[in-house]
Amino acid sequence: MTHMDILEELKRHPYEYARKYKSERGRPIVGYFCSYTPEELIFAADTLPFRLFGTGEHIRLADTHLQAYCCSLVKGALEDAMTGRLDFLDGVVFPHTCDTIQRLSDIWRLNLPLGFHMDVVLPVKLNALSSRRYMIDVLMEFRRNLENAFRKKITDEALLDSLNTYNRIRLLLQKIHDLKYEYPGVIAGEDLHSIMMASMIMDRSELADVLERIAGDLESRKNTSPSPPGERIVLSGGSCNLLDIYGIVEEAGAAVVGDDFCTGSRYYEGLLTIDMNPVEAIAERYLTRNVCPAKHSGLSTRADNIISVVRERKAGGVVFVLLKFCDPHAFDYPSLKGALDQEGIPSTLIEIEDQSSADGRVKTRLEAFIEMLKRKDRKEGELSGAGK
Amino acid sequence: MKEKDPEKEKRKIKSAARMKEIMTHYYIEAKTADQSGKKVAWITSGGPVEPLIAMEVIPIYPENHGAMIGASKMGKDLCEKAERMGYSSDLCSYACSDIACSPINGGPIGGLPRPDMLICCTNICGTVLKWYEIQARYYGAPLFILDTPFCHTDFPEQAKRYVRRQLDEYMDFLEKVCGRKIDYDKMKEVGKLSIEGQKLWKAVLDTATHRPAPLSAFDAFFHLALIVTLRGTAQVVEYYTLLLKEMNERIDAGIGAVENEQYRLLWDNIPIWYRTKWLSEKFASHGACLVADTYTSAWCGSLEYLNENDFIETMAEGYSRIYLNIGIDKMAEIVISLIDKYDADGIVMHSNRSCKPYSFGQYDIQKIVREKRKIPSLIIDADMVDERFFSESQVETRIDAFMEVIKGTSARE
Ligand code: SF4
Ligand code: SF4
Ligand code: SF4
Repeated sequence: MTHMDILEELKRHPYEYARKYKSERGRPIVGYFCSYTPEELIFAADTLPFRLFGTGEHIRLADTHLQAYCCSLVKGALEDAMTGRLDFLDGVVFPHTCDTIQRLSDIWRLNLPLGFHMDVVLPVKLNALSSRRYMIDVLMEFRRNLENAFRKKITDEALLDSLNTYNRIRLLLQKIHDLKYEYPGVIAGEDLHSIMMASMIMDRSELADVLERIAGDLESRKNTSPSPPGERIVLSGGSCNLLDIYGIVEEAGAAVVGDDFCTGSRYYEGLLTIDMNPVEAIAERYLTRNVCPAKHSGLSTRADNIISVVRERKAGGVVFVLLKFCDPHAFDYPSLKGALDQEGIPSTLIEIEDQSSADGRVKTRLEAFIEMLKRKDRKEGELSGAGK
Repeated sequence: MKEKDPEKEKRKIKSAARMKEIMTHYYIEAKTADQSGKKVAWITSGGPVEPLIAMEVIPIYPENHGAMIGASKMGKDLCEKAERMGYSSDLCSYACSDIACSPINGGPIGGLPRPDMLICCTNICGTVLKWYEIQARYYGAPLFILDTPFCHTDFPEQAKRYVRRQLDEYMDFLEKVCGRKIDYDKMKEVGKLSIEGQKLWKAVLDTATHRPAPLSAFDAFFHLALIVTLRGTAQVVEYYTLLLKEMNERIDAGIGAVENEQYRLLWDNIPIWYRTKWLSEKFASHGACLVADTYTSAWCGSLEYLNENDFIETMAEGYSRIYLNIGIDKMAEIVISLIDKYDADGIVMHSNRSCKPYSFGQYDIQKIVREKRKIPSLIIDADMVDERFFSESQVETRIDAFMEVIKGTSARE
């Protein structure tokens, strides 16, 4: 099996991986939602942080707790939990982000005896002095709670080790993405997706090794990689459940060269500062990295960021991906689109109900968008040619 | 001229005229703020309005605007307009309809007065954060966010410290925007009036424990506007004193909100603004009165945490531990205490697709109530402002069926 095969297998059967991992290594597994979960602390407690995406299969039990207007990530995760598919978990961590996750935490706590239950109520606004102090307080409390749950001290050394591992992982993810953006043909978008998914599930030390080898492979074949498809696309929007949109975009004839997903660039951006108090280092990273729409750090930060990503990566346009019933992202869409419009950057919107609905309709829409970008390119080419 | 129905006349709440007067005057003052030189702040319904009152800033509540839009049946058009602006139809219709009003001065009062600042308190939902960001960008006005950490099971010390510190940041923000110092003596006075207003509002709602209830939840929906909008002023105290007096007189005269009240029900969630009259008549036709609700009682629900002699210090907790900022099990406890207090025979829950923090968890609350109090419940699927999500025939059938169950259980007892 190649390294990529390992990761693909993991993406296809994450729960089997978890069960096997647990029985073979005997390590506890901690489920979590959202990239505002301080994974570094969970990992430092010698446990496996395991991100929950929900399989979205046959929603039945979750419907007795959540109305029809709930996003498929939350419903899917609850369904998996209620049907016993997550019985390998030793506990679950709920960071406070959107209103839906907030209520999911309550429903989970009241209905599911799956080990410990921890809420990490981080600040909503990240750009005030008071929030910084509060953020640190909450992280310290989370550390104590983990220590109590596992009856084991999280030493500063263990935490530092964890921070180093995470830095190594993030640097490698950054490197792989950079290679992809410079040589879009070097790795398929779909594979990038498998890498991201595995990064939030797999044993982190082993992951770092696998990523190292993948990055090496890509590096060695970057110059011989097939020439990339014509149009360069940046992805934006909601990806709590890490939809496999990369493959669909590339099938429609474009290359993904950037994103502002929390399961993409926001996951690996920003390294942890090693020569400071480790808990403060985690806080610092959350306070400074690009923000999720469920948090606040200024009125134009997200728009500024997406524009600069498009410029930097020389992308032709942006594809917004919204998960149906996801409020924070849907609220941000019109102003982000407006900001792109002002800059003359074309964009399109695809709304997806769940993974299985990312179907033909979406593909047709993407193809039309990419066709439009091509025409635009040709026209601009002719214009600049005529001017000569 | 048509004869007035004396039965109906008797049941009308006379103070309502005064209330309309106050609200009209308030909106006129707000809309002409540019002439009076007063500053205007937009603030969320659960936001700390007292410092604004103390600074003589005019508070404007976009959510109250949303309710007015709903009540005047302009919700569908405005929500459709928001969709054309790119906002998904799945988003909160208060936010969408208000956002759609801004560029066209639309809605029942021709748009809200332009804000000089926006104050967003996250104690009700995450929607208000997005809504206020959007409006702060649109109007180019400064935004202050009061972040009240969600209390799943408790309100830890560090959260209290955080909110308390932000209150200082809030005062600094106000002083900067207004260009003058806050008068802390005035602030104390406003704090006292705020608590007095909340206590009176509670007393008004409490009169509905009487049989027959002199006012229904539908009346409370209307009279609520003052405690939301002008909390901390003497006017609120004055008005609710008047209203309370009228309620007590009605009790003495045996006047109920519903003719021949036989069944007492509890309402959960935000009203369906464009159908309050229809719903109230529908329930009344079954001899049912909605005697209390989780919505209007939220504006006096955190009194236990507030201290009138130490308002600023206790505000942090008072503003964080409100109905929508607590766990589902705590909400269920409150629902049960309302059932007991008002002796309710059943509960009507509005599953409001606009408001996720209010609606997700309702099924669990329903289950807890069923187990602990064994009373029937009804869920109505709708939206508070956008009429497209209301099916009259469906709701009617369900209410009729529910009332049959209520009549059955009450008869067995
Ligand atoms: S999009 Fe935001 S809320 Fe969703 S997982 Fe990412 S960071 Fe968390
Ligand atoms: S941020 Fe959106 S997709 Fe993520 S859990 Fe919340 S509603 Fe669902
Ligand atoms: S989501 Fe709910 S609490 Fe928030 S503004 Fe809308 S109706 Fe109000």
